[in-house]
Amino acid sequence: MNNSQKNKLIDTSFKTIGLLFTYFGIAILAILLYKIVHAGYTRINWEFLTSLPSRKPEKAGIYTAIIGTLDLMVLTIIIAIPIGVGAGIYLEEYTKKTKLSLLLEINIANLAGVPSIIYGLLGLGIFVRFFNLGESILSGALTLSLLILPIIIVATREAIKAVPSSLKEASFALGASKWQTIQKVILPSSFGGILTGIILAMSRAIGETAPLIVVGAMAYVPFIPHSLFDSFSVLPMQIFTWTTRPQAGFAIAASAAIIILLILTFAMNGIAVYFRNRWQNKLGK
Amino acid sequence: MKLKEKIIEIVLQFFASITILTTVGIIAVLLFESITFFKSVSIIDFFTDTKWTPLYSNQHFGILALVSGTVLTSTIAISIALPIGLTIAIYLNMYASKTFRKTLKPFLEILAAIPTVVYGFFALSVVTPFLQKIYPGLETFNSLSAGIVMGIMIIPFVSSLSEDALSAVPKSLKEAAFGMGSTKFQTSFRVMVPAASSGITVSVILAISRAIGETMIVAIAAGQQATFTFNPMVPIQTITSYIVQVSMGDAPQGSIEYKTIFAAGLTLFVFTFLLNSFSFYIKKKYQEKYE
Amino acid sequence: MTTIIENKKLEKIQQVVDEDNASKISVKEMDVWYGSFHAIKEVTIKIKPNTITAFIGPSGCGKSTFLRLFNRMNDYIESFHFDGKVKIDGKNIYGKKINIDELRKKVGMVFQKPNPFPKSIFENVAYGLRIQGIKDKKLILERVENSLKQVALWDEVKDDLKKSALALSGGQQQRLCIARTLAVEPSVILMDEPTSALDPISTASIEDLIFKLKEKYTIIIVTHNMQQASRISDYTAFFYMGNLVEYNKTEILFTKPEKKRTENYISGKFG
Repeated sequence: MNNSQKNKLIDTSFKTIGLLFTYFGIAILAILLYKIVHAGYTRINWEFLTSLPSRKPEKAGIYTAIIGTLDLMVLTIIIAIPIGVGAGIYLEEYTKKTKLSLLLEINIANLAGVPSIIYGLLGLGIFVRFFNLGESILSGALTLSLLILPIIIVATREAIKAVPSSLKEASFALGASKWQTIQKVILPSSFGGILTGIILAMSRAIGETAPLIVVGAMAYVPFIPHSLFDSFSVLPMQIFTWTTRPQAGFAIAASAAIIILLILTFAMNGIAVYFRNRWQNKLGK
Repeated sequence: MKLKEKIIEIVLQFFASITILTTVGIIAVLLFESITFFKSVSIIDFFTDTKWTPLYSNQHFGILALVSGTVLTSTIAISIALPIGLTIAIYLNMYASKTFRKTLKPFLEILAAIPTVVYGFFALSVVTPFLQKIYPGLETFNSLSAGIVMGIMIIPFVSSLSEDALSAVPKSLKEAAFGMGSTKFQTSFRVMVPAASSGITVSVILAISRAIGETMIVAIAAGQQATFTFNPMVPIQTITSYIVQVSMGDAPQGSIEYKTIFAAGLTLFVFTFLLNSFSFYIKKKYQEKYE
Repeated sequence: MTTIIENKKLEKIQQVVDEDNASKISVKEMDVWYGSFHAIKEVTIKIKPNTITAFIGPSGCGKSTFLRLFNRMNDYIESFHFDGKVKIDGKNIYGKKINIDELRKKVGMVFQKPNPFPKSIFENVAYGLRIQGIKDKKLILERVENSLKQVALWDEVKDDLKKSALALSGGQQQRLCIARTLAVEPSVILMDEPTSALDPISTASIEDLIFKLKEKYTIIIVTHNMQQASRISDYTAFFYMGNLVEYNKTEILFTKPEKKRTENYISGKFG
């Protein structure tokens, strides 16, 4: 075999391995989905969605967990959107290229890489203990808000950067102030991009378990939260508790709950992709 | 009018400063509790003792037992994610057609969107039983299964970021290599990967940082026994899963058990902070090179 | 003795004031830098009301920078700094008490590429009124119609006012952008190569429009196109490397330029 044949062989082999590895990733995804759906679909019914957690696996439901998740998401949105979008606007439109803005940028990049469980410790130290909000749904929402802030800020900045500067100039040239320009020209034009970032951040938040365990999400909550200071459970927390139980029935319940969680996660990702494509087409025009 | 503009600017500035406050808060909380922790536990024991048993009556506080668990699972994860992720990146960038790339990439990215608690359940209920058929000695809780699944979760990080780095390499370099009769394989490894090395390095560092901080997979599938070991077949405990264990129990505030999670958290934070800063540094340097 | 000197001084001052009053815009010894780059060098110029003045010169000569001084668009460039005076209607527009937003309502601008907002045709023209806080629907409607009529776009779009402005052709978009500027009722309109992105037919219609607009407005136009300058402008200023080389009535500048450099440029020898 001469050199050129050898090179050709290596090249073809690598191509095959590359294709195999790509399919390996997809195959694992398929196996994961199949195993979980196969194990859990029998439990998915109205009763499962509306029952309280129970010691008996066949009676256990996710009512409090799913309501807890929805409440927590709404609270997190309310807290994180104004802060995240506001900070993104500030960094993109108000700061000059100084050492301070570089520091802010490094800091946000670092925050994005801080493990989520560390946010849990922050929430425990600051919200639960220092501000004495207790192991409440409010503490949980504040903690998750800080966790997803970097995602929203980065998405906002990218979206604003994509707005052509000619539009901004046109607005200024008509005598619009900075805020009027942001409000009437920049935000409407970057809305799709910001929305995509927010939904992706929410899909990250909905699956978070570790930080909520640390700030005190409950394994067993027999009631749904009525005030900001009530204790709470969430879907991932419920799944985690069930996986640690030895009875086989809980593994089935966990699978069923995972199906619900995955539906929510995938739906949000799907919506995000839809908005991103629509927005990019609009900008491209 | 002017006043309104000024007020808006101040409010936005306050929102931006919350990101700084978050960092300050993290450091303050971790340091504050850790300092009181080190008043009752010798810092030398903390770094040299190989036993970690704060929840038993015979208390030991050797963080190495948790660090070894963390290093073990992360090493397994990276040795899965790096070769597979990088190969996928090169394949998608150099070999695959545009349509194939466009169709496959979103599927790979779904792997990164799945909540980690789901991966933990998958490791425990699917991967471990499967591996036990191959290695009968594998225990129910072990770092092998947790590490492998964590590696799979990280693949899209490595493949996506590395592919971005490869696409950023000027087309002229690729064409020059082809022009001299290189195969795609030779072009990939002799020209493209070296040219994209800083971007690929960033992706690997971020993957490591992600693996070290990963919590739910190890908490569910790797066990709760803090043992100083590098045996992948037996239960271990990582820094993160220890924090979960204590949080699930009822450690009263002010107790030494309560403070251990902050000392453990500080250790974790320092590791990831160094890794993230290093990757940011490389990224900035690399941007300047191309601009 | 002293009184005579003082009288002379006063006379001189009076003369300057008169000249300032007669001119819409007057710039005195203006220097502009971007960082250490000296973009405009001691330029002094006076522009009369209800005239069209063209700024010509090769790329990078400073003509656009100079134009953007008049509505303070350079303020957003971080390294921008200057020394000198710009007066519009006798008022120093870089003075301390100047409200930039008010200045820009008076000094409108049309850009190189048509840049309509991604809003409806109607909302594009109404934008400037809305940001002034005008809520009177009848007034807005009137001004939008009036502005669109002035740019001869009304008949083409009156049934599609709610359509996206992005659906219009390039020439229509540019006329819309001019209408958007007119709706604010400025007295000066700055145009930064307004036809460079358009086809010849659209260019001709925009030129006609500019020519008509000078009845009501003072217009300054930056252009690469020397035929355009000679066709529509009353005065022409030739810039080269940050210097104002020559400034005169258009027909004189194009037929009997005083400076060699101007002659070379307009005859196409460089630039």
